Parts: sequence; structure tokens; C-alpha cells
Amino acid sequence: MPDLLIELFSEEIPARMQSRAAEDLKTRMTDGLVEAGLTYAGAAAFSTPRRLMLAVEGLLAESPTIREERKGPRTDAPEKAIEGFLRGAGVSRDDLEVRDEKKGQVYFATITKPGRAAADIVAEVLEATIRNFPWPKSMRWGAGSLRWVRPLHSILCILTDDAGEAQVVPLEIDGIKAGQTTRGHRFLAPDAFAVTSFDDYAAKLKRASVVLDPAERADHIWQDATNQAFAAGLEVVEDKGLLAEVAGLVEFPVVLMGTIDTEFLDLPPEVLQTSMKEHQKFFSVKNPKTGKIERFITVANTRTADHGATILAGNQKVLSARLADAKFFWENDLRVARDEQMKPWLESLKNVTFHNKLGSQAERIDRIAALAREIGPVVGADADLAEQAARVAKADLSSEMVYEFPELQGLMGRYYAEVAGLPAEVAAACEAHYSPLGPSDAVPTEPVSVAVALADKLDTLTGFWAINEKPTGSKDPFALRRAALGVIRLVLDNAVRIHLAAPMTYAFGYILSTSRHNVVLTQASKIANFAGNSGEPRWAIRFMESVGSMLEKTDFSASLDEVMTFNLDLLSFFHDRLKVYLRDQGIRHDVIDACIAIEGNDDLTLLVKRATALSDFLKTEDGENLLQGFKRANNILTQAEEKDGVEYSYGADVKFAETDVEKALFVALDAGEPAITKALEAEDFVGAMAAMAALRAPIDGFFEGVQVNTDNDIIRRNRLNLLNRIRQICLQAADLTRIEG
Amino acid sequence: MAEQSDKPRSFQEIILRLQSYWAGKGCAVMQPYDMEVGAGTFHPATTLRSLGSKPWAAAYVQPSRRPTDGRYGENPNRLQHYYQYQVLIKPSPPDLQELYLGSLRAIGIDMGVHDIRFVEDDWESPTLGAWGLGWEVWCDGMEVSQYTYFQQVGGHDCHPVSGELTYGLERLAMYVLGIDHVMDMPFNDPDAPIALSYGDVFRQTEEEYSRWNFDVANTEVLLRHFEEAEAECEAILSQQHDDPKTGKRIIMAHPAYDQCIKASHIFNLLDARGVISVTERQAYIGRVRALAKKCADAFVQTEAGGAAA
Repeated sequence: MPDLLIELFSEEIPARMQSRAAEDLKTRMTDGLVEAGLTYAGAAAFSTPRRLMLAVEGLLAESPTIREERKGPRTDAPEKAIEGFLRGAGVSRDDLEVRDEKKGQVYFATITKPGRAAADIVAEVLEATIRNFPWPKSMRWGAGSLRWVRPLHSILCILTDDAGEAQVVPLEIDGIKAGQTTRGHRFLAPDAFAVTSFDDYAAKLKRASVVLDPAERADHIWQDATNQAFAAGLEVVEDKGLLAEVAGLVEFPVVLMGTIDTEFLDLPPEVLQTSMKEHQKFFSVKNPKTGKIERFITVANTRTADHGATILAGNQKVLSARLADAKFFWENDLRVARDEQMKPWLESLKNVTFHNKLGSQAERIDRIAALAREIGPVVGADADLAEQAARVAKADLSSEMVYEFPELQGLMGRYYAEVAGLPAEVAAACEAHYSPLGPSDAVPTEPVSVAVALADKLDTLTGFWAINEKPTGSKDPFALRRAALGVIRLVLDNAVRIHLAAPMTYAFGYILSTSRHNVVLTQASKIANFAGNSGEPRWAIRFMESVGSMLEKTDFSASLDEVMTFNLDLLSFFHDRLKVYLRDQGIRHDVIDACIAIEGNDDLTLLVKRATALSDFLKTEDGENLLQGFKRANNILTQAEEKDGVEYSYGADVKFAETDVEKALFVALDAGEPAITKALEAEDFVGAMAAMAALRAPIDGFFEGVQVNTDNDIIRRNRLNLLNRIRQICLQAADLTRIEG
Repeated sequence: MAEQSDKPRSFQEIILRLQSYWAGKGCAVMQPYDMEVGAGTFHPATTLRSLGSKPWAAAYVQPSRRPTDGRYGENPNRLQHYYQYQVLIKPSPPDLQELYLGSLRAIGIDMGVHDIRFVEDDWESPTLGAWGLGWEVWCDGMEVSQYTYFQQVGGHDCHPVSGELTYGLERLAMYVLGIDHVMDMPFNDPDAPIALSYGDVFRQTEEEYSRWNFDVANTEVLLRHFEEAEAECEAILSQQHDDPKTGKRIIMAHPAYDQCIKASHIFNLLDARGVISVTERQAYIGRVRALAKKCADAFVQTEAGGAAA
């Protein structure tokens, strides 16, 4: 069985696209071959900057012949029908066979689809693959119309049979004729050579200074880099993304280690690392004793007579120029931070638009600062410090360093806040308030950082909610899901007790009243004053309660309704994100729903505490049975209430209890109810569930020994009222009607 | 293959070698465009000639102005006025990469000791409504050229595609000549009776223009000139194609495009003066792009733009 070898040789393919492209080449080719009837034993794809390559082993030499029998019309059918059948089957009348069937004589045709040679099928599939290749971006060149990632120069496509004979697959695309030659390294072995098989290809490429396998290149780079660093008593800072990229920039990797001019060694290590990586694609090499970055590793694509001396000198020179820029930015920034307390940066943020409907960065900072001040005391932070931190946390966005390296935002803020002599908590918050950025990112724990982080994210969420830019489907351009998850993790990881509705109400009120000129601004300023005088964020709700009737008469009443609508909507968004988050921790969505139904569901810590206890409880036998008992009680009661048109909420009286099991239930409920209520008040959900578990046996006994719907109406009503007690007691803990199963 | 290893000795020698190399490869060696532009791409020999079906091959030096990059002649690498070397060939020849590498050899870069790399860098000019795919070319980690296959210019798909090469001449020359500060670079032969450095020629002008660009340029006048250039561009293009005087069909794409270039440069000056806010910025860029598109629309209706005469 033949082997197939394909190489698509082009001008330099962007590093970030190579591995995906090799994978796509493999999938599209093998899928196409199999679909055409050519099965194979194995396939492997590789890439270099100038080539995509696919080797398919043990391909069928031709696709199998397929025979198909087709039943036609009766022999006495009208001529037209018979002709139609012949056309459809693509056979002549002589090929037809006549068979006796129940209804008379019927024509049968046997259609044979002969197998096709592998070469023809490969040519067809490869052409379709090339023409429809899923490059993230593709282009035309010269006068042609073919699209490829960069100009495609040659196609090597051969089938090698068991005897080692190679056959070129007949294929021509836009003037590029498939052949059996390729070229080696651009500078070290530029001449063309022919190959007859994959082994031959791999061996000759190796001689022609091309390492075909990207994993092998990456491996070589990493080994050589760590060895050179080790020999100097240093270590390479690991960066898998950079390693993959660099391996995609070379066909023949040559690792060179260079030094950084001493005048730059005092730059923050993150600045050195970012500058070297972003601009030069250098690895950082640090001194494990001091943690300082002292050297760099660069990877060249060629070997030279001077062993890379010229290349290294050139790279070092470019690095010095770059770092001179970075040092210039750093020193200018330090001056602004130290001598002017970052004030010019904050001033310039007035001219930076955050979003055209949400105002400037400076306006946003005002909102976050006000919010952080309210949230601060709730998370154990000093209100003044929280506000101060929020006011400077985004100052570095105007610094020269962050303008040059946006990914250093926050980190530079911390350095500059330290230099400005601000309190340590404030400086820490400058960096930490962006966290957590993802599900695995660390969550800040220092209270000032927590306050600013929460304020920052809540401002983002309420802001985009207020202008109706909510995430839809897969679209979430402002990363609002990430922000909501950030709030959830900040609250839960720090066991923060906060009713989110309070800061949300405040934030919505703020943004709606400041973003609309026609809305009563005086009300907004009242809110702000109130915020200043209040120690905790529940103020917003109390505020609305106390002045609600007055506000109804003003224009602001409309936006109050709006605030409440926004609040509910955003809260349910939080709940949705929470469900996703807790599902990963093994808590079912219906368990969370049962807990969300209980008042105070904007206190996520409480909500999760309740849900965790309930989830654990329902996994026990007692829990499962109690749930069934509750459902039974609830069903009987609901049906009776619907039928009778009354609510059985008068309270059951033990004097109407007839049987022992009935009396036992009274005793159990009398004992259990205060214990459960007390535990719930103390937010001891585990205790409450344990007390509920004690009810399970009496409830089971009751249902086993007693008929609720008896003829005696007084006793029936009393029993229904007793069921209501069960319902009420259980519903205090969670809305068990929402539990599935 | 014998590498050309003799090193050039001055800035102008590098320019002269590039000129003769590309002349030898069949390019029409053109002169700089006589207007202030931000980059060699703005020269009509690139912008307009990359449009339409007619083959084209041109190479030229283009003085370029980027007012915001002014550093009073003090920064070793940054200048508000500098030179680009520009090559445009349409359709892009299949061996353009080799031709390009040949030009590096011609200015003394020996591939036997240097590391040349093509690193992904897609080019886009929001003001010209143009984009293309290509690379920045690295020599020992330094970007020495921009290499682009034009896909769209002035909102028009390029058929055929032009290959564009842009060399930042000062940076390239500093590297080849081993100079650390641009002002120290020999401009002419260092052994000439009157040897001139880049600083002798340009230090004073960098100072003068930096001051004018940043602090003195009259923004009211500039704003007015911007409006006037915009209006004039549109007025030119709104003329009927048939010239009443000669009776010929004369579409004035080039005069209109001059006004577009003017508007673009005035925008850059206003930007350097810091009077354009972030939101206005986009609006100004959009206005220049609208002019560039109209000029492109007009050019493709002309003979040079490939329209049937």
C-alpha cells in the first residue's frame, strides 16, 4: 500500500498560525480521502516557517469498486418511463436484467462505480483542501487569484509504493504544478532537491539544515537555552507561548545567550521581561540568587562562521536601544509619581474616553471611588483608604510605560504608588484590583484591594447594563461574564457579607442620574451626600424606603423603577454565573434555585452557604427521605387547597390528633421548629438541616399510619394544617419545591 | 555564491547603492514627491499606481514627516523628518523575496554572518483605506524593512497585487555603518574634503521643526487649511470629466489626491499640537480616508488607472 507525502512550500507563515494549519491540513486531507473511499493506516503533519507537511502511511492504492442494484419499471411500462430509468441509472437497455416479480416482469439495472486510483483522488482532495484552507487571514499575490496565507511557491505531492517507487500526483493549481522537489534552509541550503519518500524527505531536509518537527525545534531550543543558562549559574524564565512562537520563526534554531547592559538592570524585572519578549522575542534569564534578570536568550535561524557573534552583537544593540526607551519612560514616570503624586496622569484621564455612553476614565474613577468608599467598611477596609486607592488605581493608564506596554497596567501602578509614598494597601490595590482575571487567577484578600476590585467590577457591570450592552450568546465584548465571575469569587473566597443589591442600586442610581442631563441631578447629589454619611452600603435601600414617597412625585421616580428593574436583571445574571461556577464544584442548579428563592439572595456568601448545606443534606438518606416527605405533604396540601379554595394556615391543634403517629409528629414539630428557626437565624444551615433530618421519621410514620383526607372534616382540616406546618418549616430553609426528582 | 562584502561608508552611499540595485532590477527610479507626507506609501507612485491593472515598477527615496516623533535632534533614533526607501512592483514578482535579499547584500549585509527573518506584520493605513499582509524583516533582531502584499487601497481590491518594500533608511544605515546616534552618521564620504555628518545636515532643522510642531504651529490656521484642503479635493473631483476648453476627457485624480495628502499632513500636525481629542481623532482619520477613497475611485477611471481609453 502506498504512502502519501505532501509539502506545501510558501513564503514565511506567521508563527502563531503554523500548528493549527498543520492540523487542518491533516484533518481536511484525511477526511477527504476517507470520504472518497481511501482508508489509511496513519497520518502525521508538521510545519516550519516555510512549509506545511503531511505524511499519510498505508493508503489504499485505489478506492473500492461499488456495485449497486436498482429496481426499475415493469417491462410493459410506457416507453418514456423506461427511458427515464435508463437515463437515471446511466446504463443501456442491453445491460438491463428482467426478473419475475409478483406483479409481473420488472427491469433491474446493476450500476458499477469502478474504483479510482489513489493519485486521482489525492489530486482532487488536495486541490479542494488548498482552495478552501481555513487560514485566519489569507491573501492574493501577483496576478493570480489563488488565496494562501503568503505566496505559495511549490507543491510536493508524491505516492510511494511498496517497492519505493515514487509517483508524482497529477495536480496543477493556478500555475503551480505538483512535483517531487523541495528546497532546504533559505540561506544554508537554498538549492532544490528531489525526494522519493517521507524517510528520504526527512533525511534530506535534515542535511539541508531544516528541523521539520516543531516539537523537536522547541525541545532543542529549550534544552540548549537552559544548558547555557545553567553553565553561567543562571536560569531561563519559562514561557511556553514564547517558546512555541520562537520555534515557529526558525527552521534551524541556533540558541545564543547575551548580556544586558548594567545600566538597565535596575528596571523592574517585569519591564525587562515584557520589553524583551514583545519587541525582540527574547527569553529572560535570571539570577536565581537575586531574582534579577541579567541576560537574554535569542534564537537565530542560521549558523555563521563567527558562531553567532555578529548576530548576538546586533541583537544586543537593538535591545539597548529598546531598553533606553523603557528607561526613559520609567524615569519620566517616576518623576511624575514622586514629585507630582501622579496628578498630571489623573488630570489627563479626563480626556480619555472609557465608553462614549459612560463618559471619561476620570468620571469612571469618580464612580469607582464613591463605590469603593461604601464597600470598604463592609469588607473590613478603611473607607478613606479604599476611596484613595480607587482614585489612584487607574492613574498608570496615563503613564508612558503603560502606553508602551499596556499589559503592564496595574503592576506599574503599584510601583508608582509606592514611589509616591502612598500607603502599602493603596499601592497593592493598584495592582490587585484587576484580579481575578480568570477562573484560575488568584483572588485578592487584602481588604482595600477587595473593596476596589469589587467597586471596579460592579461599576463595569452596572455601567454596561445601564446602556444595554449586555452579553448575548457568545458575544461578550466587554468581558462582563468575567467581571461577574470576579465579583462572585471575590465575595466567596473572602466570605464577604454584602447585599449586592445595595452597591448595585447605588451604582445604577449614580450612572443613570449622571448620564442624563434631564434627570434630577439634585437627587444624585443627595445620594452622594448620603453615601458620605453612611457607614455601610445598605444605606441605598434605606434611603429609598425613607424618601420613596417623596420621590414618586419627581422625575427621579421613573429612574427608581428602572434601577429596580436593572437590579433584578443584573442579579439574575450573577445567579446564572454563580450556577455555572458552583456546577463545577458539584452543586446542582436546582439546589441553587431552591436557595435563590429565599429572601436575601443578593448575599452570595449566605446563598452559597445555604446551597452547600442543602446539597450535602440531599445526598444523605435522611435528606432524600425528608424531601420526599415534604413533597408528599406539599402535594396533598396543594391539591386540598385548590379544591377547597382556602389556605390551611390556621395552625393545627394537638387535641384533634387521633393516633399516636399523629401525636408524635406534633411533638417532633414542636421540638424541631424552634431549633430549626434558631439555627436558620444563626445562619447555621448544617444545624438546621440536621434538625430537619430529625423530622424525617415522624413524617414518614405519619404518612404510613394516617389517612389525611378522612371523612371527619375537623380532623381532615387539622391534618392539613399540620401538613402546612411541615411545609412552612421546610420552606424557611430553602424552596424545596424547586428540587428535581 | 560570492557575497558582496565591501561595506558602504556613508548614508548617501547606501541610498545610491539601493538606487542602482533597483534600477538594475528594472524599476523606474523616481524622485521624491514634492509634498509633505508621513510615509513613502503616500507618494502617488505607490498609492495611486497600486490601483488598476497596469503593470508598474518604481523605486524612490521619500522624505517623510512624523511631527509627533520630533525629539529636538537629541534622541539617537527618533526624528520628525526622516527618509524612507520605497519599492513598488505590480504584479508582485514570484522572486520578490530574493530580489529584496539581494538589495540587502547590495548594501553590504552578508547573509553568512547575519540572521535575516521574516516576522508576521500586517500593514494597515486607516487614512488611506488600505491594508496588506506581509512581514517586518529583521536583521539580527532589528526591523530593517516592511514588506507588504497590498490587498486593498482606497477601498479598492488590488488586482493584480503589488509588492511593496519600505526601508527605514536612517535605521538601516546606522546598523550597516555601526553608528549609535543618528546625528553621528556620515552623510557623505567621511574622507571627503568637506565631510558632513547627518547632524551637520539635520540637527538644527530637527530642533526648529520640533519647536514649531509641538508649540508654535498656528492651530486655527491649520484647522482652516484642513477644511480647505478637504473642500478643494471634493470640488476638484466634482468637476465633469470632459474638459470644456480642450474637449478632452480629463479626470483630475492627481490634483485631488494632492489635497488629500495635504489634509493628512495637517492632521498629523494638529495631532502633534495636542489639539485633537481621542474621539475627534477617529473622525479626522475617517475624513482623510473618505478623500483617499474618492481619489482612488477617480484614478481607476483614468487611463493610468487601467480604464479603457
